[in-house]
Amino acid sequence: MIRRSLWGVVAWIAGIVFVFPVIWMVLTAFKQENAAATNPPTWFFTPTLDQFALVFDRNMTPFLLNSLMASLFSTLIVVLLATPAAYALSLRPVAKWSDSLFFFISTKMMPAVAAFLPVYLLVKHLGMLDNVWTMVILYTSMNLPLAVWMMRSFLLEVPREVLEAGEVDGASLITSIRKIILPIVSPGLAATALICFIFSWNEFFLALNLTATNASTAPIFLVGFISSEGAFLARLCAAATIVSLPVLIAGWVAQNKLVRGLSMGAVK
Amino acid sequence: MGKSRIAVAAAAACALALSACSGAGTSDNASSSDGGAQEITVLMVGNPQMEDIQKLTADNFTKQTGITVKYTILPENELRDKVTQDVANQGGQYDVVTIGAYEVPIWSKNGWLHELSTQMDADTAYDKADLLKPMVTVASGEDGKMYGAPFYGESSLLMYNKEMFAAKGLTMPERPTWEQVADLAAKVDDKAGGVAGICLRGLPGWGEGVASLTTIVNTYGGTWFEKDWTPKLNAPEFKEATKFYVDLARAHGEPGVAQSGFTECLNIFSQGKSAMWYDATSAAGTVEDPNASKVAGKVGYVYAPVNKTKYSGWLWSWDWAMPKTTKKADASWKFISWATSKDYEQLVGKELGWSRVPAGKRTSTYSIPEYKDSAKAFADITLDSIANADPANPGLQPRPATGVQFVAIPEFQDLGTKVSQEIAAALTGRKTVDQALDESQKLAEAVAKNYK
Amino acid sequence: MTTTVARPDRRTQPPVRPVKGGAKDRWVRRAPLLPALIFAIVVTQVPFLVTLYLSTQGWNALRPGQRKFVGLDNYASVLTDSRLRAALANTVLLTAGAVIFSLILGLALAVLLDRKFIGRSVVRTMLITPFLVMPIAAALLWKHAIYNPTYGLINGLFGGSTDWVSSYPKAAVIATLVWQWTPFMMLILLAGLQSQSEEVLEAAKVDGANAWQIFRRMTLPHLRMYLELGALLGSIYLVNTFDAVFTITQGGPGTATTNLPYEIYLTMFRKFEYGEASAAGVIVVLLTLIVATFALRVISGLFKMEDSR
Repeated sequence: MIRRSLWGVVAWIAGIVFVFPVIWMVLTAFKQENAAATNPPTWFFTPTLDQFALVFDRNMTPFLLNSLMASLFSTLIVVLLATPAAYALSLRPVAKWSDSLFFFISTKMMPAVAAFLPVYLLVKHLGMLDNVWTMVILYTSMNLPLAVWMMRSFLLEVPREVLEAGEVDGASLITSIRKIILPIVSPGLAATALICFIFSWNEFFLALNLTATNASTAPIFLVGFISSEGAFLARLCAAATIVSLPVLIAGWVAQNKLVRGLSMGAVK
Repeated sequence: MGKSRIAVAAAAACALALSACSGAGTSDNASSSDGGAQEITVLMVGNPQMEDIQKLTADNFTKQTGITVKYTILPENELRDKVTQDVANQGGQYDVVTIGAYEVPIWSKNGWLHELSTQMDADTAYDKADLLKPMVTVASGEDGKMYGAPFYGESSLLMYNKEMFAAKGLTMPERPTWEQVADLAAKVDDKAGGVAGICLRGLPGWGEGVASLTTIVNTYGGTWFEKDWTPKLNAPEFKEATKFYVDLARAHGEPGVAQSGFTECLNIFSQGKSAMWYDATSAAGTVEDPNASKVAGKVGYVYAPVNKTKYSGWLWSWDWAMPKTTKKADASWKFISWATSKDYEQLVGKELGWSRVPAGKRTSTYSIPEYKDSAKAFADITLDSIANADPANPGLQPRPATGVQFVAIPEFQDLGTKVSQEIAAALTGRKTVDQALDESQKLAEAVAKNYK
Repeated sequence: MTTTVARPDRRTQPPVRPVKGGAKDRWVRRAPLLPALIFAIVVTQVPFLVTLYLSTQGWNALRPGQRKFVGLDNYASVLTDSRLRAALANTVLLTAGAVIFSLILGLALAVLLDRKFIGRSVVRTMLITPFLVMPIAAALLWKHAIYNPTYGLINGLFGGSTDWVSSYPKAAVIATLVWQWTPFMMLILLAGLQSQSEEVLEAAKVDGANAWQIFRRMTLPHLRMYLELGALLGSIYLVNTFDAVFTITQGGPGTATTNLPYEIYLTMFRKFEYGEASAAGVIVVLLTLIVATFALRVISGLFKMEDSR
């Protein structure tokens, strides 16, 4: 019993250490600029909403909407593309299914920086700079490999006997998808979507260089608070808190799904 | 199952609603180019002066002209990378951008910018003759026409904490030499009390640490390139200056000098953690702001320290420029002329406070009584330093390209950044100054090949 | 962006019975795969072809009108550049360091979380939080609020005036990455731990095995697949690390933390040598192909596990 609570204490300490930078970020967001960057650190202060007011003053809504749109649509398309593909790589595999799977994974290995130049030139040529749909397409391609892989793992969990029994009974493909496959993989689907959403929401490099004023996303709004000629720590923290909040909440609420998603369906 | 289906449906509905409004937004933008309610897009660096203009635009500029201004704000590094890329490739994403004294000559030569002289001359209220001469020089192209409209300008100066100097019985000459500054730094240095002798920029980046170092190199008689493009980075003068800078920073500089740029130094100095600070004249406004600074009213200002030259201050300005790709040149000029007008300075002074006026570009600024009153400690030195900075001839020898604290050639962004990393390695003791400069010389030789 | 990958181990068999039937059946099977496949080919391979083309051009964006065909010159200058070799070494070091440390920490935390204690779900929530913070926000937070020598949290709490980023640049970048990726590893490994059969563990205990023996002889082998999965996914994402390097160290001091993505960025956005940047990009693709082939052995192992289930 004592040992058990000892491990509990260790776990609590680890948890606090890991979450502390985030807590510090939130605390700093409620400080005045000259209390934000002090040594020793300022622990007790009169909280102020000044920094948040500053952040909202800058008309943040379009940035959040752009992020939401790019993330939601790309996630939607990823799921629509990845699920049938995963099906064709698992339950009813094509001949060289492993080659296809490896192709998807290998597209993920080149740094975005190295791929950026041709993408920029093509997008410019098509007149699609500073366009949310460009970001939707790029985020879809960014997340597709992981989604195919994850969905494939989930689909492999569908018991083959049940599926085959259904076929023998003359159930149509649609029916077996609706009645057998979807119920089993829908938590996995949600997990995949959540992870794709997180990666899209957080993407910085492509958004920075392919958007201007109409399609800029939340991370771009965030770095706008860095100043080379003035103090900025407190308001940067306020902005960081706000733009991280949607993903934080989604992740906290759906953490069980996240566990499942990241373990590729290994948890029964 | 049911739940997730609802979630998907909700997400889709939500997304559709969003796309509807965003679609509307885009078409607005497209149709606005043919007159009517105009909208221009502006990309600018995230400095306090730019944040102020964002606050004042809607109630003043838009009200007067009906032109809406959409701003994107980025930190200096990101801004530079992005704006250069966009302008160089004719991406055409912006109508107005902030660029610095470094970019104007290069970009105008490449034909990427609208010239602004014609409009400035045509508008008598703009009073182009009022602009400070050096500011006009750095905002002009080779053809003598202006391609940037200065928003605010700066030189460099030395700030010192008068209380600390008085406590140790030290006095600061009005025109100190670097030797004197090093002596004073040693005497006033109080490591135990957490106070550094002097705060110097060491942050990598050609506009950060290299800017400070290059002014020291200039006054020590060194240069990046001789007139015939012979690189001189490991010549004795360059070495002497760099050794002096590195030794001073390591012995009496602030902790973490290799990670300190303007912002970090501003913080250190205004928290009373450093006795001196060598940096931009535009720092003075913030240092004297009691809301941001614990040393307001206790600071003395003197000229940038020298060795072999009479003046050594740098010269910088943030300018508004119009890429050639803009389709809204008239609206953009209206914005630029508003932002750099005398009226705008009055507006900032009255609405936000006189210490926040974007100064250093117009002679008349220094005769506004309210401004003179708020900036009396540093206004004269600023004006005099700007007037005496010579971007064409900042050191002891003729130069192949303009720039006091930089070399106005396209390769300098890369060269300056990489050399600054070498200097940072010397500042942290990972390399000796000789090693760092020999490596830098090789980089400079590769650049020089393009010009010989 | 990569082209084709070496054929995998032939022993890997499809988990479901192999394809039979005629051409029509094969197309019916292929149909669901095609949209995703075509999308991936168009969006990733077309730009790659453009990169190949650009890599033969002498093109500096800051000198308009001087673009010309230079053959393989760009490859020559990139391959003889000592900076690129340094960047390659840094990439390996940063990636391996971050992956290994986050795996070890993640394993320790997963073992802790696998036990029952008061507030376990609260602790789990706290532990996953770093993974959810926007990476660019995390990098900024660590640089300014934690590492800063004057007002950063570390020196503020423990005293001293160490300049962490300059003195230990690689460690500083790795620590930030480890902070963000440990939760990811932990979640994967936790799933592995929880899939272990209770009865087998009980039986081992009855047989007199102590906790350490059980962990070494039974839990670790069971976790192997999960460790490999974590290492693989972690490497794929961390090898592309850009935000942290760009924000925290800008590749310095010197070239201490300049990795391949950042070096290519410098060539593209500071030098504006588009030809050289493209050549470097192509070389990175070739390198990742080699790494990918190596990584595929790991994946093949993962597939085998799936088959045996």
